Amino acid sequence: MIAKKSRILLLIICLTLIAVYFLPVWDISLEAPQYPEGLGFQIWLGKMSGDLNTVNGLNHYIGMKKIEPDSMSELKIMPFILGVLILSGIAVSLIGKKKFLYVWIVFFILLGVAGGIDFWKWEYEYGHDLNPTAAIKVPGMTYQPPLIGTKTLLNFTAHSYPAEGGIILIAGGIISVLVGAYEFKKSKKQT
Amino acid sequence: MDKKSIKGLFVLLLTCLVIFAGCGKSKNKGPLVESDAPSKVYVEPGKYDEFYAFVSGGFSGQLAVYGLPSGRLLRVVPVFSQNPENGWGYTEETKPMLNTSYGFVPWDDSHHSELSMKDGVPDGRWLFINGNNTPRIARVNLSTFRTEEIIEIPNSAGNHSSPFVTPGTEYVVAGTRFSIPVENRDVPIESYKENFKGTLSFLKVNPSSGEMDIAFQLITPGFDYDLSHAGKGPSDGWFFFSCYNSEQSYSLLEVNASQKDKDFILAVNWKKIEELVAKGVGKEMAASYVHNVYDDKKHSGTSETRKSVKVLYPNDVEGALYYMPCPKSPHGADVDPTGEFIVGGGKLATVIPVFSFSKMTKAINEKKFDGDVEGIPVLKYEEVLAGEVQQPGLGPLHTEFDDKGYAYTSMFVSSEIVKWKVDTREVVDRLPVYYSVGHLLIPGGDSKKPWGKYLVSMNKITKDRFLPTGPELSQSSQLIDISGDKMKLLLDFPTVGEPHYAQAIPADLISKNSLKIFKIEENAHPYGIKSEKDARVERKGNEVHVYMSAIRSHLTPDNIEGVKVGDDVYFHMTNLEQDWDIPHGFTIMGNQNSELLVMPGETCTIKWTPKAPGIYPYYCTDFCSALHQEMQGYMRVSDKNSSVQIKFNSNQGK
Repeated sequence: MIAKKSRILLLIICLTLIAVYFLPVWDISLEAPQYPEGLGFQIWLGKMSGDLNTVNGLNHYIGMKKIEPDSMSELKIMPFILGVLILSGIAVSLIGKKKFLYVWIVFFILLGVAGGIDFWKWEYEYGHDLNPTAAIKVPGMTYQPPLIGTKTLLNFTAHSYPAEGGIILIAGGIISVLVGAYEFKKSKKQT
Repeated sequence: MDKKSIKGLFVLLLTCLVIFAGCGKSKNKGPLVESDAPSKVYVEPGKYDEFYAFVSGGFSGQLAVYGLPSGRLLRVVPVFSQNPENGWGYTEETKPMLNTSYGFVPWDDSHHSELSMKDGVPDGRWLFINGNNTPRIARVNLSTFRTEEIIEIPNSAGNHSSPFVTPGTEYVVAGTRFSIPVENRDVPIESYKENFKGTLSFLKVNPSSGEMDIAFQLITPGFDYDLSHAGKGPSDGWFFFSCYNSEQSYSLLEVNASQKDKDFILAVNWKKIEELVAKGVGKEMAASYVHNVYDDKKHSGTSETRKSVKVLYPNDVEGALYYMPCPKSPHGADVDPTGEFIVGGGKLATVIPVFSFSKMTKAINEKKFDGDVEGIPVLKYEEVLAGEVQQPGLGPLHTEFDDKGYAYTSMFVSSEIVKWKVDTREVVDRLPVYYSVGHLLIPGGDSKKPWGKYLVSMNKITKDRFLPTGPELSQSSQLIDISGDKMKLLLDFPTVGEPHYAQAIPADLISKNSLKIFKIEENAHPYGIKSEKDARVERKGNEVHVYMSAIRSHLTPDNIEGVKVGDDVYFHMTNLEQDWDIPHGFTIMGNQNSELLVMPGETCTIKWTPKAPGIYPYYCTDFCSALHQEMQGYMRVSDKNSSVQIKFNSNQGK
C-alpha cells in the first residue's frame, strides 16, 4: 500500500491540476521595436488567446499558415485527457495500490512527452510549410518557434515558455515522479 | 590724421556699432531663461509629457492637443472645420456632423475649450468647445479624441460666453456675444434697443452619455455677453456672465460701447431657475436648430432638427438674476478655487475688480440695489466688491488660479502676466510675455483644485519669436514655471490657428482611457464588413456600393468593372486590422473629395462620381506596411450606355 502522506500528496496534485482548466498552459511572445505594447498568444487546454489575428496578419508576408484554433484537434481532446488523468489519479489515491500508482505516473509522463512531441511537430509544420507565393522569401529561412526558450526570427525575438497552467503540469509531473520514487525506495527497503 | 589713427577710429566706430546693434536686438528678446529651463521642458525620447493641453484653434475651427512641458503638438482634433487629412466633414458618415439650420457649414471659429468636471475638478471624460460664428457647442470624447456631438444654439449670434460647465457638468452654457432679435427677423438696425436681445442658454448634459439638450434659454437685455464661469463651493448653483456694450450701441462699438465706466457681470442663480422650470415656468418657443451625434459603433453621424426651445424672461425668474457693475468692458469672469471670489477682467479698466460671493448674497438679501435693467436688479458696486487690484497693468483680460492662493491675470495691452494674492489683492510678481497675451491657462486653473505648476500664455502677436514665414505667422505660446515665488519663462512654442481659451489636465487622467482600436466585431456600420469574404460591389440603379476591405497589404476588391459615367459610386472601406496604429487610407484618381483615413475596425465612406470613361487607379494613402506601395487597385469606368456588367474580384484563394 502507498503511505498515507503519499496518497494525500497525490490527491493534492490531482486537485491542483484542476486549475489548469482555468489557466494558460503555454505562452508564446514576440518582441519587436514597433510592438512596444507586446505581441503574443497563449495556448490553453481548449483554446488559444491573445493577438492571434495580428500574428496571422504578420505571418502572411512570409507565407506561414494561419493559426486557426477551430481546426486544431488537440484543443478538443486535451480537456478530456486531463480529466482522465485527474480522475484516475484520485482513484489511485483512494485505492492506494502501488502498482496503480506506478502505472498512473507512467501515464502522466507519457502524456507529457506526447504533448511535447505534438507541440514540436505543430511548430515544425507551422514554421516550415511556407506558401511559395509569399511576398517575403529569405533563402534558407524557416520560422519554427522554439519548443522552450528564445529564438530570433527575422525582426522578431520569439519566446516560448510554459505559462501558469504549464508550470502546474510540469511541477505536478515532477512531484508525482518523486512520490513514485519514494514509494519504490520504501518498498525496496521493506523487502 | 595719419593712417594709423584713421584705422583706430574706424575700429572704434565699428565696435560701437556692434554694441548698439547688440543692445537693439536684445531689447526685444526678453529676459534670458534660467540655466535650468532646458531640463525642465526636455521630455526624453520615449517618455511622456506630464499634462495634456487642449488649446482651442480659434479661426481654424479645430482643437489642438499639446503635451506640457514640452510644447509638442500631439494632435489636431477636427471639430467645426472640414479636414481633408482624415475626411472629417467629407465622408458620408461625418457630413451630418457639420450640418446646421443654415445647411452644411464647413468652418467655424472655435474659442474656448472646457473639460468636463466632477466635484469641481476636471475628470478627463469629455471636452466642450464652442463654435462662435454659427452658434454651436461641440463635445469631444477624450477616449477617442473625436468630436462626438455638435448642437446648434437657436436665438443666438456669436456664441462666445461658452461652453463653460457647472462643477458637476450638470449644465454647459452658451451666451450670445451679438444681441439679435429673438426669433430672428427683418427689423431696422436702429430698433436695437427695442428688438435686440441677448440669450443665455443652459444645456443639460446627460451624466452617462454626455449628450446635450437645451434645458432653458434666458432672454436678457441686449448687451454683448462675453465670457462666463460657474460658481463652485459656496457659490455652486450660480453662474457669472461678463457683459460689455451696456451702452447698447450697434455701430462703431470701439467708441460707442466704451463710454460707460462700468458694464456688468450678470449673476444667474441656475439652481433656482432649474426649480422654476421643473414647476412649469417658461414657455416653449418655436425654433429650428440641429443636434448632430456621432456613434462610434455605427461609425456614423446623424443630424436631427429640433423644433422648439424653452425660453424664460427676467420677470419669469424673479430673484434669480442680478447685475454686478464691473469696470470697464469686462472679458473674463473667473471664479477662484474657493468659490468666494469672482474676478472681472475689465479690458479697458485700470483696476481688476474682485467680487465677493458672500457680500453679493448679503447685498441681495438687504436689497442694496442701484436701480434695475429691464427688471434685473443692479447691485451696488461697493456692496459686492471684495476689493480691487490696484495698478495691475493695462488691459486685464483673463484670470486663472494656482493652488496656493494666487491669481494670474493676462494683460493684453501691457503684454505681461501679473501674479497677485487673491485675499489681499496685492501684486506680487509680473512677467513680460511676447507679445500681447490673450488668454492664459493653468492646469485645472478654473477648477476647485488647480495643478499650479505651469502657466501657458497664449499670445496674440508673434512677430520675431520664431524664424519668419512670410507675412502669415503662427501664433506663439509661452510656457511659464509658476511653482516658485517668481514666475520663470521656460519655453516658446507655436500653435495651430489662433488659440483663445485652453485647458490642461494631468496626462494619466486621459491616457489610461485612450482607445487603441475599434473592435471589428462591434462594427455596426450598415455598409461595414467583418471579413474579406464579404467584400463585394452592388449596383442599385445609378448607385454603386463598393463594400471594400483593407488589410495589409491589399484592398478587396482591387479590380472593379461595370461602373458607368454618372454613377454615384460609394466606397465603403472597412479596415479589418485589429492592431494598434495600423490605419489604411483610400483615394481614387480625380477624386473631388478628400481621402479616407480608416482606423482599425472602422468603416468610412467616400462618394465619387466619375465623369469620363477610362481606367481609374486607387490606392491606400497611409504607409501601412512593407507592401503598402502594392496596396492598390483599378476601376474601369465605361460609357453611360455601355453594357459592361458589374464585375469584381475577391482575392480569395490567393
